Amino acid sequence: MASEPRRKPDNPRGANQSRQAPTTQARSYLDHHRQVARDAARRLTSSPVATLMTWAVMGIALALPVGLLLLLASLKGVSAGWENSARITAYVAMDTPVAEARAMASEIGQDGRIQSVQVIDRDQALSEFRESSGLGNVLDFLEGNPLPHTLLVTPEESARTADGVEALVTFIRGMDGIERVQVDLGWLQRLNTLADILARAAWALSLLLAAAVVLVIGNTVRLAIENRRDEILVAKLVGGTDAFVRRPFLYTGAWFGLGGGIVAWLLVQGSFWWLNGPIEKLAALYQSDFSLQGPGFSGALALIGFAMVLGWLGAWVAVKRHMDDIDPGDIAGG
Amino acid sequence: MIEFRQVTKRYDSDHTALRQVNFHLNRGELAFLTGHSGAGKSTLLKLIMVMERPTAGEVLVGGQRLNSMPRRQIPYIRRHIGVVFQNHQLLFDRTVFDNVAMPLHVTGASPDAIGRRVRAALDKVGLLSKEKMNPMQLSGGEQQRVGIARAVVNKPPVLLADEPTGNLDPELSADIMQLFTQFSQVGVTVLIASHDIGLINDMGRRTLTLDHGELVAGGTPWGEQHGL
Repeated sequence: MASEPRRKPDNPRGANQSRQAPTTQARSYLDHHRQVARDAARRLTSSPVATLMTWAVMGIALALPVGLLLLLASLKGVSAGWENSARITAYVAMDTPVAEARAMASEIGQDGRIQSVQVIDRDQALSEFRESSGLGNVLDFLEGNPLPHTLLVTPEESARTADGVEALVTFIRGMDGIERVQVDLGWLQRLNTLADILARAAWALSLLLAAAVVLVIGNTVRLAIENRRDEILVAKLVGGTDAFVRRPFLYTGAWFGLGGGIVAWLLVQGSFWWLNGPIEKLAALYQSDFSLQGPGFSGALALIGFAMVLGWLGAWVAVKRHMDDIDPGDIAGG
Repeated sequence: MIEFRQVTKRYDSDHTALRQVNFHLNRGELAFLTGHSGAGKSTLLKLIMVMERPTAGEVLVGGQRLNSMPRRQIPYIRRHIGVVFQNHQLLFDRTVFDNVAMPLHVTGASPDAIGRRVRAALDKVGLLSKEKMNPMQLSGGEQQRVGIARAVVNKPPVLLADEPTGNLDPELSADIMQLFTQFSQVGVTVLIASHDIGLINDMGRRTLTLDHGELVAGGTPWGEQHGL
């Protein structure tokens, strides 16, 4: 109190605080942060309906692109699996002897882009077909073996791209004695292209919705700033730094983000759980083990963290725009 | 402690709030600032608090030139200046204690120190028993004393008061003035803007009188300030 004699009266800095040890200062700084964070959270819970609505808006806005991106990631997983098993099937001309087919196989195998070549001679092919098709009796009616020798070509991993496979197909098709080359990648390419388009759309959507989240939080925080105008004025008057004045609102934004992130996660998790049954059934019909992959633990953490950053950013925008409007000069008037 | 050198403040081309004001307040000095309304009292106080910057001249507080003070340094200057307002600017969403504690919170003081200082300040203004109350429950005079406690809780070397007794009856005003006198006795430089001539005359202190932005009494000419 001012009734005590001061030690360094002419030094304006000396009048401020008795010196504190750095550790004490750091601790009180952390204490202050904790207190501000707690206070911001308490303010949110004191108006639960408004807070829940903000969380819901944020959650929905985040869940939409996140769900879409996860769906696309699952799709990519499917096509990656298929690409890995991409094999080229080359049918040798009908009247080629086995020995010649094997020679051709070893010739193809010498190419650097080929991992292995497997020869399936026509007898073997027939018996396999008989087993797998269940048409054994029908095949008995045929006079001869209608199947040619077949070369199953597995490309090297580096060549398993759409372009690489395309080049290999051209190369094998150009060989003498090859009747037909088949590679069933067309639908895969279409799926991939579709997924690429969807991914871009999803990212654009994400960007827009993230901006929307920032604006929503910014507007909500702007109202909070208006509500606490007097407090901000006084804080500025008694020497609160900009950071001090800003801090509660940044925490408010971050808490909005936390809630919004959790809501988004719940929505994604819930809708994936709800969709996964039918989708797995559908995938099973296509002999695929495709299933929707949820965000997982680290994904959930990343989602919530990202939401908090967005909330913080929204608050920051609002604070930046409106804090300077509140000038202590207004109340010193008269 | 507070020094004005040829300070001029012009708001726009046709409104000059202060014209070449010179004065110097020493440590522990208590002075009044008076003048008709619109004479520039508030502008002068705002210049000390760096709410405004002078158009010309220099304002020094505690030997620091405020003109060249970067914006981010302003909060630190304000921590050394206690301010009391006519409408006291108390926050009604928190207790008396928390109101008085605000200047300490912004400096990051420890809870221990805050408790000690706030109670000492409230004790000084005679409101220790009301620390847990909401300022809304207090009388006008008590609210003003809470404002004073908040202004001095930080032990600032400078205390400014803008019409601190404006809404109070003479008896309460005298009490408040008594408090300000005590602060000046322990070395606080106190500058009180007031147009309560009776009160000013009773106090018999140095009085800076502004008239249309010019300091017509109580100031010191430039030469006298620096010929010492």
